[in-house]
Amino acid sequence: MPDLIGRDFTPPDVRAKVTGEAMYAEDFRRDGMLFCRLLKSPMPHARVHGVDARRALAMDGVVAILTPEDVPTQEEPGNNILTYEPHFVGEPIVAVAAVDEQTAQDAIDAIELDLEPRTFCVDPLESLRPEGPDARRAGNVLAEGGVSSHKWTEEDFSSVAEGRMPTGEPTMQWSYGDLTAGFDEAELILDESFVTASNAHHSMEPRTCFAYWENGKCFVHGSAQSQAFTHPGLARYIGVEPENLVFVAEFCGGGFGSKGSAYPEMSIPAHMARKTGRPVLMRVSRAEEYYLGRARCGFQGRIRLGFRVDGKVTSCDLYIVQDNGPNSGFGDLGSAADAVSLVYTPEAMRFRGVRVLTNTPPRSAQRGPGQNQIACAVEPLLDKAAAELGLDRVAIRRVNAPDSETPYGDDRGAITSAHLREALDAGAQRFGWTERRGRSGERNGSKVRGVGVGQAYHSAGSSGFDGLVRITPDGILHIHTGVGNLGTYSYAATARAAAEALGYAWDNCVIHRGDSREHVPWNLGQFGSNTSFTMTRTNWAAAMDAARKLRQIASIRLGGSADDYELRDETVVHRARAGVRMSFAQAARWAMEMGGPYSGQNLPGDINDMTRRSAEALAGTGLLGVARDDRVDATVPALAAGFVEIELDTETGRVEILDYLGVADCGTVLHPQGLAAQVRGGAVMGFGMALTERHVYDPRWGLPGAVGLHRAKPPSYLDVPSEMDWDAVDIADPDNPVGAKGVGEPLMGCAAAAVLCAVSDALGGHYFNRNPVVTDMIVNAAARRRQSTRPLATNTQ
Amino acid sequence: MREKELPTTTVLLPETRRGPGSPGGWSRRDFIKGVIASSVTVSGLSYFGAGCAAPLPAQAGGVERLLSLRVNGQARRVDVAPNETLANTLRYKLGLTGTKLGCNRAECGACTVLVDDVNLYACSTLTHRVRDREITTVEGLADADGSLHPVQQAFIDELGPQCGFCTPGQVMSAVALLRANPDPTREEARSAMSGNLCRCGAYDHYLNGVMRAAREV
Repeated sequence: MPDLIGRDFTPPDVRAKVTGEAMYAEDFRRDGMLFCRLLKSPMPHARVHGVDARRALAMDGVVAILTPEDVPTQEEPGNNILTYEPHFVGEPIVAVAAVDEQTAQDAIDAIELDLEPRTFCVDPLESLRPEGPDARRAGNVLAEGGVSSHKWTEEDFSSVAEGRMPTGEPTMQWSYGDLTAGFDEAELILDESFVTASNAHHSMEPRTCFAYWENGKCFVHGSAQSQAFTHPGLARYIGVEPENLVFVAEFCGGGFGSKGSAYPEMSIPAHMARKTGRPVLMRVSRAEEYYLGRARCGFQGRIRLGFRVDGKVTSCDLYIVQDNGPNSGFGDLGSAADAVSLVYTPEAMRFRGVRVLTNTPPRSAQRGPGQNQIACAVEPLLDKAAAELGLDRVAIRRVNAPDSETPYGDDRGAITSAHLREALDAGAQRFGWTERRGRSGERNGSKVRGVGVGQAYHSAGSSGFDGLVRITPDGILHIHTGVGNLGTYSYAATARAAAEALGYAWDNCVIHRGDSREHVPWNLGQFGSNTSFTMTRTNWAAAMDAARKLRQIASIRLGGSADDYELRDETVVHRARAGVRMSFAQAARWAMEMGGPYSGQNLPGDINDMTRRSAEALAGTGLLGVARDDRVDATVPALAAGFVEIELDTETGRVEILDYLGVADCGTVLHPQGLAAQVRGGAVMGFGMALTERHVYDPRWGLPGAVGLHRAKPPSYLDVPSEMDWDAVDIADPDNPVGAKGVGEPLMGCAAAAVLCAVSDALGGHYFNRNPVVTDMIVNAAARRRQSTRPLATNTQ
Repeated sequence: MREKELPTTTVLLPETRRGPGSPGGWSRRDFIKGVIASSVTVSGLSYFGAGCAAPLPAQAGGVERLLSLRVNGQARRVDVAPNETLANTLRYKLGLTGTKLGCNRAECGACTVLVDDVNLYACSTLTHRVRDREITTVEGLADADGSLHPVQQAFIDELGPQCGFCTPGQVMSAVALLRANPDPTREEARSAMSGNLCRCGAYDHYLNGVMRAAREV
């Protein structure tokens, strides 16, 4: 029996990445291809009355213009493909195709627009004022039932001047337990307002896309985190039947949530190619990524926490105003509330919130959407409580940490497993917490030491998707996976579950993925830290179906019952008579002879249409294992704890991260080296979230300022430690066949929170009411000066 | 809730491109009148000046000239415009798509190549400037038999790449470092690699790869 789980391996796609052979969307070429450029809105909200393209289209080499009339209209407030009413700076209005990119851009520059500026909003709180601006004509909030107008009273805003977050009428709320009783019995009550910034994803590969049509089929090479999951949505944006779309996304140069499912811009080259009859490449520039490349939702919030004398949280009252961007956005705020219910296990909790629309980039998930923002706001507050109650900062987290019996969210649902306390204990010991915390506040000239611990959570798994494996007459196991390739290598690590289940040597396995023509099954996208849990289950289910068929074929061909046989060394062997056996290769040949379910001629009734199409295409080529995974009702938690030591310069505000340890609760470790990369990479993103990254807008014109990597400041080699440590609790999750859970997202949140806690620690416990904590905030705090930001303002500071 | 309908937008196309039933077109005079009455007119993307939604400014064209370049040890003859960047020549004329464009403005390093053993951003290097130089791209590192350069092998062994988009640039900067300094300290490696961004945050793993390769070079 191979022992593939928990072992390092070389993922099959890594060689192509170091040789330059890996093909991303911009690397494909086809004869006669055109280049496409976008004419984008220069205003945050406008109405286009006229487009004069006469001069542009008369230019040599210009082939076509694509207007909003040429593409499907999207249900409001969904993200548009093209629009005459742009709701953010950089929203595409029309596209032009030409024989080369320069000509296309020259033509874009020659188009004259008749534009009417419209009311816009960049700060959610401003929009909630009685006479505040609305981001859309239909209103300023997104609630159940769509966009509507929602305003608070002047009285609601009376607390703003003192920096206290107003809490007017919410559009969503839930609660459990007796909130008042919890606060009544609390030894300490903290009531703080907070602002967390929106920031860009900065995927290194912009969302460039290439498309062409051939024999009625549309071929799209896109930049996507997900393969199967992207397919139906993209087909809808293009207006083509899913079976007539060939989608290729073998490599994705980073997504971090911004390329999780189909996005409308991805369909523009396909529409242009249909209109011109020629292949079309649309390169998206780095600058454009900051407009239409999605962003994390920012929060303006308030939290009231009651603590017993031992640090246990009794009651939590949380209010979040979410910067939802102009369109449908993402549900960060609800996820943040659910995270609080689990990580701090308050005995009673109330959540209220409003999703406010702003004329800033469209929002999507970004690594830990909601969970990571709230970790940044709440974790430093735990430190404040610990200081007031005279408790150790790890101890107060241990007291509140969930275990596998902890209920989740407002419906108090079950979870599969939680080992945050074990992660804290392992981390504290490995990091030398007790010793290091003695260095808090140590000074060296203008520099001062700080240590911090942070925690974060994200759900980490789903179920009920389809698995598809195939054994061919050469004895090879083909694992077809539609999950996508975000760069975590989990597509491969989870494929190994199928090999493990069948007892296959890894060298005898081939993964098929990255292209519709590889006949992939219907799988969930590669997002939400779900892949390790979901795809091991899915691949396991398909392998179990194959195992059952192998034993059945043996019983039919060699006699006895299926239960008489076991799988050993890629052979089906009779348990009592070892000489009665057949190789998997022989079984594949017999499966092809026997047909029916064995080689995919009869398929299960409950599989998805995409899986059915793929299985039908493969039918007759070997022994097919195809099955839909069962459903798991409980939430699968991924939890993580981060430990950091920093040195902060009180004169420059610079924070140097000296040492970092991240500890994951991700069930059984599937792929140690891959997990190490996630722990460290997540931490790097977290450092940026804590210290530098934010979107900024000019309040007068609504124009974005954090455009370009040097302005938006993702961390570089010199911003992070050159070596970082990692660990995992490695306790199996009971609802996964190999014990695995995902963990990608909280690895970022715990690091961001730990750094913020360490910065506060270095400054004697100062609680910043906003993050990122940028250099001037640190300098001001160290000098005990007022901060220069307007209280609670977001996006404009 | 559906937002209420707005008046239709007029799209003006050249006479020859108009299909049947399209609007009769405005005269320049009518167009200007309409603008004054209703709103502002924006020509292209210049309304708010630089820093707004405009991409890089349109550059003056120019006549392509036939050059001979030395790329990965081979002489490659190629027509190159005066304003053409090395990244574009490599990617769009020589088929060397391993050199990636992440920002096209010298911020990210995904396009890093070697010019006479020095790592340069190909997005910000004019092809005409390197006509007499030895250019090495990521495709030129492995031996003809497919055996990898020690940096490439070390990046695999240390699982350097995550999404892989910045990887060719990381490889080239590491190769340049080891040619200049075969035995760097980790701090020296960190400085030498600092012109290459990685949003996946794989810095630690890439540095492990550089140090491993240094032991083997």
